[in-house]
Amino acid sequence: MDFNWLTWIIFLPVVGAVVIAIIPGLSSRAIKWLAVIFTAVPFALSIYLFAIFDKTAIGAIQFEEKVSWIPAINAHYHVGVDGISLPLVVLMAFLGILVVLISWKINLRPREYFAWLLLLETSILGVFTSLDLLLFFLFWEIEVIPMYFLISIWGAGRKEYSAIKYVIYTLFGGAFMLSGILSLYFTTGSLNMVEIAQGGLAMVQSIMPATGLFVLLIIGFAIKLPVFPLHTWLPDAHTDAPTAVSVVLAGALLKMGGYGMIRVCVSILPDVAKTFAPLMMILAVIGVLYGAAVTLRQTDIKRLIAYSSVSHMGYVLLGIFALGQVSLVGASLQMFSHGVITGLLFAMAGVVMHNVEERDISKLGGLARQIPIIAVFFSLAGLASLGLPLTSGFAAEFLVFVGSFSSTTVAGVQVYTILAVLGVVVTAGYILWMLQRVFYGPVLEQYNGVPDADVLERIYMGAFVAVIILIGIRPDILTNVITTGIMPVVQLLGG
Amino acid sequence: MPYQLIWLIFFLPVISFAIISLFIRPLVKAESKVAGYITITALFGCLGLSIWTLVTVMGSPHHELDVPQISWIVINGFPFNVGIMVDSLTAVMLVVVSTVSLMVQIYSQGYMHGDPGYHRYYAWMSLFTASMLGLVMASSLLFAFIFWEMVGLCSYLLIGFWFHKPSAADAAKKAFIVTRLGDFGFMAGILLLYKTTGTLDIAELHHLAITGALAGTTLTWAAIGIFAGAAGKSAQFPLHVWLPDAMEGPTPVSALIHAATMVAAGVFLVARTLPLFVNSIEAMTTVAIIGGFTAIFAASMGLVMTDIKRVIAYSTISQLGYMMLGLGAAGLGLIHQGHITLEAAKAAAAIGIFHLFNHAFFKALLFLGAGSVNHATGTFDMRLMGGLRKVMPWTYATFLIGSLSLAGIWPLAGFWSKDEILISAMENQPFLFVLVMITVFMTAFYIFRVVFMTFAGEYRGGSPEAHDAHPHESPLVMVAPMVVLAILAVVAGLWNVTGHFGAFMGHGETKGFVEGFFGIFTHGLPWISLVLAGSGILLAYAMYSARWISPERIGAMFKPFYTLFFRKYWFDELYENVFVKTALLKGLFAGFEVIDRDGVDGAVNGVANTAVATGRTIRRAQTGQLQLYGLIMGIGIVVIVLAIYYLA
Repeated sequence: MDFNWLTWIIFLPVVGAVVIAIIPGLSSRAIKWLAVIFTAVPFALSIYLFAIFDKTAIGAIQFEEKVSWIPAINAHYHVGVDGISLPLVVLMAFLGILVVLISWKINLRPREYFAWLLLLETSILGVFTSLDLLLFFLFWEIEVIPMYFLISIWGAGRKEYSAIKYVIYTLFGGAFMLSGILSLYFTTGSLNMVEIAQGGLAMVQSIMPATGLFVLLIIGFAIKLPVFPLHTWLPDAHTDAPTAVSVVLAGALLKMGGYGMIRVCVSILPDVAKTFAPLMMILAVIGVLYGAAVTLRQTDIKRLIAYSSVSHMGYVLLGIFALGQVSLVGASLQMFSHGVITGLLFAMAGVVMHNVEERDISKLGGLARQIPIIAVFFSLAGLASLGLPLTSGFAAEFLVFVGSFSSTTVAGVQVYTILAVLGVVVTAGYILWMLQRVFYGPVLEQYNGVPDADVLERIYMGAFVAVIILIGIRPDILTNVITTGIMPVVQLLGG
Repeated sequence: MPYQLIWLIFFLPVISFAIISLFIRPLVKAESKVAGYITITALFGCLGLSIWTLVTVMGSPHHELDVPQISWIVINGFPFNVGIMVDSLTAVMLVVVSTVSLMVQIYSQGYMHGDPGYHRYYAWMSLFTASMLGLVMASSLLFAFIFWEMVGLCSYLLIGFWFHKPSAADAAKKAFIVTRLGDFGFMAGILLLYKTTGTLDIAELHHLAITGALAGTTLTWAAIGIFAGAAGKSAQFPLHVWLPDAMEGPTPVSALIHAATMVAAGVFLVARTLPLFVNSIEAMTTVAIIGGFTAIFAASMGLVMTDIKRVIAYSTISQLGYMMLGLGAAGLGLIHQGHITLEAAKAAAAIGIFHLFNHAFFKALLFLGAGSVNHATGTFDMRLMGGLRKVMPWTYATFLIGSLSLAGIWPLAGFWSKDEILISAMENQPFLFVLVMITVFMTAFYIFRVVFMTFAGEYRGGSPEAHDAHPHESPLVMVAPMVVLAILAVVAGLWNVTGHFGAFMGHGETKGFVEGFFGIFTHGLPWISLVLAGSGILLAYAMYSARWISPERIGAMFKPFYTLFFRKYWFDELYENVFVKTALLKGLFAGFEVIDRDGVDGAVNGVANTAVATGRTIRRAQTGQLQLYGLIMGIGIVVIVLAIYYLA
């Protein structure tokens, strides 16, 4: 490999962060333009990478880079992408540039803000591309730092509480994950994810039961996804985070959980995953239905969207632990799709809150007359979220449902799937209720003169919608890539 | 006929939608009528191509065209295909949808004139029509489901067209959520079928069901799931509650929803998958019973409504019940016969679909007539109308034709198809037959109650807010489509007088026109149904025109029934207040919220608080006094030594 594609993609944002942080006297405007450049290039590179990715090579890790890092423990700087991770890299790079645009109106300490935002992008890209468990863990933990500062400084409401809650939850899960990774290392002598997965743990004498390993590893991922009952950090973090951070959080950060489950838990410990599948699917169904039910009770616009994420991530969990080929592809597609859709929802909520200066749904109404463009985009995002056909939400949910229902790996999967399908009805309820309360009904006098979306906002809203509809009409653009990554996992499962 | 042209039937309105929403709406002034012209041009194209398709299908072997499929998603050997199938059912539906939609769009040029949402209206109408056309052409259940949902979305948008009215926004939401409840069943059916057969291709599923490869409880549950979806869209009991409220949209939208799109989708879906239903007697019986019950149940509510659109809305539900009963009874007839072939199964759909075909024309006509009346009087309340016969002769004449057709008067369209359903019900479901015979009487009564309250007697003033105290006939652009539909409401039924419609749908005997036209009276049944319909009309005349009988006294006499009907059997209250608001929102969901806040998150905060409190307590131990540390250390060593000593 003559060009280190992935290294450039991963580290350009953090280079941008350093540049922004050390060059003195930059104007707010210059900082924003620098941030655009240092996110636009990785995005362009990721699209190029997606285009030249070999879509016929089943299960091959591509664009691999491997340099010895800590020889004493056999740790490497080892990155690469396959069909599972590549869409998520593209997703993060896409959101990376959009959140810079979304943050255009930030003028409170912009130097720090954009530096943290860029560091955040690097850490998430690192998680999706690392093939070395230690490197993976490093990126996983680094992400907490910018998140803490971004929420606690630029947030709103109980921002310190929410930021600390987020940190403690993540570190709590991280501690388990680290012990899991160490156990894996002492068992196999390797930190190479692909090697461990292919080698099969059964070959070696484990220092602890595989079940224990699985539990240690999954707690961190389950917190991040999030899985009931480990989800309560999420509504708080979302409610109090600044808009751009909510977009990254819902759009890409949660996916680290789902990605980790497929890449680490299911790939490395497929047999244990089968044992745990019924439990995980029960939690998935609880997440879907309970999450949707609690969503219906929310009156804060951001909190409502946050709880809807709990519900939608339940579909991801269901698809993963149905352990079928189609269901795993569906779960991966759902991660991408939810990233774009909920990213847009949070961006729209941000625009509404910024322009209207009100976030309590019960005090809003009739805004479709005053801010028609925002209303159209918000409605599109909502319809995609409730799984309307020809949006990515439908393609993903359909594959999860049909894949889970016809999966033969786990017994009783049909019951869980049907219960999860019921969530779609409740989703329609809360999305339409929200749209109606915010945008429809009589026009309220106090919101006369509220500005509609400006050009910049229209650009990024349009970009989101274009992706949602493109994937809705041609999901095979992604599923063809995802399938190459999922097939080896399915082989490990013996399905 | 090249299949690309058939795809064009679907894409023409899509293109119209795209042009209007991307270019016309942002760039052209709201007063301009160009959006309407684009839509109407596109639909003219659709109608032409649809008729051509119909003719081509008629001339082709097995009445079916072969169209290549397109793979949408392929996951390592699991293909999910989309594509179109064109058989007689598709061809008939294409013609119905494009005809009615075209008439509605022309009419809307007059009705929606000057509305600030004019462009938006036509954009959504285009998409609505495209979705329905896509649905009737879909060759796989997946593709059908996609358009099925799009039809639901467009109904949502159009019912809530005047979204600033809370009632419209509520009605739109209600329509979407109630139908989505049915869609849950449809999706479950799809999942079950895919798991069992590995395909969602409709033709393959037909084949598997006919050959018996797909049978038993699986088939029954899948069929019932599909029927749940159909019951949602076609407003069958107990999912009927959304349709009467759906009249909150502009009246031409109601005409389209009630005649050719949305509600027709459900009946179409059952017809499309009828080869599955006829292999499950349980599923087929369910369809028949729900249909027959809905027919009389909805008609009873239509008897007492005072809003002209509401009466017609309940009439739609009732007629959809007839169609379902027609499908169910014919299917049961086939099951009792024993030998089920694919042709026979498809032909069994003919009776129900024929009624859909006729109903589309006269129901669209009635709604357009109601819109015309509203245009003149500014109200939908029939108590404020009356006497319009003189000032609105064209509206009156066409509305009368539509009403006669709905009442099933010989030789109008409604007579022929309703008669076939009655015969089929008599042979297969005697109890349901009695119910729908009573409904024949009720239908004639409620629709002529509308005719007399609206058009007979003296004008009662119209809407108090109306600008113009003198109602007048609607402009030509509104009257002309009504005239076209009125002609169709008379002649559409003649297609099957000779049995050719049935033959086209599958197989069946044909006979000469004169023999069919008059020979029908050699049976007793048409006589009875005509007498029932006639007495319904007579009673309506006696109560609302001649005033021989006072409606108020009748109402007082049957007070409990009147209240029951008028309050719609309290279904709205039951669903909204008891189920949704109380049991779910205030009960279960609120409980979840408390659990989430105080239970799950409370536990988290509890752990944190405990940790803090523990630290606070333990901190006291750190006094900084070396003597104390030394003392505790000493005690500790002693304890450990003793422990080791005793344990060893």
